[in-house]
Amino acid sequence: MSSDDYITYVTYADLGGQLRHGPIQLESEDKSWRAAWEPRVFALHLSMGATGAWNLDMSRAARETLPDYDQRSYYEIWFAALVKQLEEHGLVSADELAAGRSLRAPVVLPRLVHAGDVATVQARGAPTERPAIKEAQFAVGQHVRTMIGPISHHTRLPRYAQGKLAVVERVHGMHVFPDTNASGHGEQPQWLYTVVFGGTQLWPDAEPGLTVSIDAWEPYLESA
Amino acid sequence: MSGPVHPSGIDGGHRSAIGEMDLRVRALESVLIEKGYVDPAALDELIDTYENRIGPRNGAHVVARAWVDPEYRDWLLSDATAAIASLGYLGRQSEHMIAVENTPQQHNLVVCTLCSCYPWAVLGLPPTWYKSAPYRSRAVRDPRGVLAEFGVTLPPDTDIRVWDSTAEVRYLVVPMRPAGSEDLNEGELVGLVTRDSMIGSGLALTPQAPTHE
Repeated sequence: MSSDDYITYVTYADLGGQLRHGPIQLESEDKSWRAAWEPRVFALHLSMGATGAWNLDMSRAARETLPDYDQRSYYEIWFAALVKQLEEHGLVSADELAAGRSLRAPVVLPRLVHAGDVATVQARGAPTERPAIKEAQFAVGQHVRTMIGPISHHTRLPRYAQGKLAVVERVHGMHVFPDTNASGHGEQPQWLYTVVFGGTQLWPDAEPGLTVSIDAWEPYLESA
Repeated sequence: MSGPVHPSGIDGGHRSAIGEMDLRVRALESVLIEKGYVDPAALDELIDTYENRIGPRNGAHVVARAWVDPEYRDWLLSDATAAIASLGYLGRQSEHMIAVENTPQQHNLVVCTLCSCYPWAVLGLPPTWYKSAPYRSRAVRDPRGVLAEFGVTLPPDTDIRVWDSTAEVRYLVVPMRPAGSEDLNEGELVGLVTRDSMIGSGLALTPQAPTHE
């Protein structure tokens, strides 16, 4: 990511609190896919993710920065972001996608997932907790204030929860820090907390008895 | 590279370009296979896994066990990752689990406002509404209004706690065991535990109406 990209980073996926999206469309438990290509995109996304060409946070950043994010269905977002990542990493070119065949030698990737590996890879997952190499700065019950935005890179601190007072409820250990991992600056694990906001801290018209929590990494928080 | 914009929106409305997406995805798949980046048999195996082996019945088993076994319930609420793994459910998108129990005092609702984080190994892949703008935007702000759209009305004195899944921690709601289910065994109780009741957007079914939501 160049410094220009860093300055202009815009996410279109940070939806918490918006009121313009209309009613929820309910759906039965047994419905998996809406079109035959959706499971193919799902499987391609997972398989490419498992090659080690990029990490989960990079994939999230690729999706949330699609300028037409809110015009696309869910798996259209996954497809567009996958193509974007493949092109950015030089793994596939637009002319190859147009032709439907490889026109250049492949790049060597760290891993290839075979059918026989699928069960093991799925069961192992990708835990993000890392060894605790320093003391946690905050403890359960402590009052904190979240960072004030705008934040001009990939982050997991939603806008609605920026610059707000909260109470630490749980301490989860040190976890991979998406804000650096998404831009290729490494995992830089940080302490992760569940912090709770009173509803009126977030919304002037909050219903009585509402509390909302997020999971927040230590750099998002300061003592309050 | 983004191609034409479809007027579908992320609420997953009907689109008219399924044929075109089909072709584009096929082209992509062909190129990735030809380059040796993906194994076609692994693609089929992945899809089969999430269509046939991982789904909300896994979570229903966990909840039913917690209802009948107080020791298991305590374990689930204190170390959900281990308690859930003990029943054979673990892995991708469920590496760090927290179980939260609904009570008459507090109802729990899970959302991911930033994307679509969801405990795959326990509940399967998320329903489209969970990944879509209407739910993601309003769950943190107007949960009673959201619940009303699911046909759920809570007592006015029940507090609502919304869990926004912003990290790799995944949340499982343990719904309240319904009245009239005292004589049912674990296997029968599983049928009362709906997917939505484990997200918090629904309640467990009552034994008098053990049909699909």
